Amino acid sequence: MTLPRRVPLGAALRYRGGGPMWAWILHRISGLGMILFIAGHVLAGFGIQQLGGDWAIWYNTIYESLYFQLFIYFCVIFHAVNGARIIILDTWPALIKFQREFIWLEWAIVLPVYALTAWIMIQRSLGG
Amino acid sequence: MKPRKVPTPGWNFEYLMWLFTRISGAAMLLLALIGFVGALIMGARYHMDLGTLMRWTFFPNPNHVLNSDIPDIAPWANAYWQIMQLLLVFFGATHGFNGLRLVLEEYIHSWGWQLALRLVLMILWLITLGAGFFLVLTS
Repeated sequence: MTLPRRVPLGAALRYRGGGPMWAWILHRISGLGMILFIAGHVLAGFGIQQLGGDWAIWYNTIYESLYFQLFIYFCVIFHAVNGARIIILDTWPALIKFQREFIWLEWAIVLPVYALTAWIMIQRSLGG
Repeated sequence: MKPRKVPTPGWNFEYLMWLFTRISGAAMLLLALIGFVGALIMGARYHMDLGTLMRWTFFPNPNHVLNSDIPDIAPWANAYWQIMQLLLVFFGATHGFNGLRLVLEEYIHSWGWQLALRLVLMILWLITLGAGFFLVLTS
């Protein structure tokens, strides 16, 4: 059981947690994005193969579109690198001292990897 | 304010799931690396674009590379990759549904609703596992 917290929205928005706070928020959003849409994709795959429903084809058409791929790709790559950061900091608690540096390192890995892949995927899609 | 009850430290459910989340997360990073390197060894550089390679890396299913220019599907569809997929489905679905449970339980404080939520998520987890395993073994 968690503590009931009553934090007004204004106070929440004024809270300046910095890099680690945004990593926590993005980790949640990307995690929810993956569990909802990838579970849906698995069920849609099952639906196309076994049930033959139009809903499954409709779902996968959206899922396989470029925009959705760019979204889910960001979710996966951010969640993976941020998860690795969490595992490292949990395993060696002495490194907490450098947690701000870890955030910078994380973005230094995520941004180039994401941008390069996204760029190539967009180019291929435009080129047909 | 009343002091809150803290669960006894030790091998309780929350600790086990905390541990599982770390172990399965690391395992999925390793599985992705195996899929990525495996695809490059099987000639991904010459037969598919980067988007297809990424799809394979996240989930090494032959359907994910069917529309590329690979000359022969046989190396991509065999028992080895099926085992990799089964591991990924199990780790991914369990890690994910447990994460969903953690996020939702932060907003649900009544014991009854929490139990109902756990039951619903457990059923969804089993359905996803079943559908995933079925797909892997038949594709």
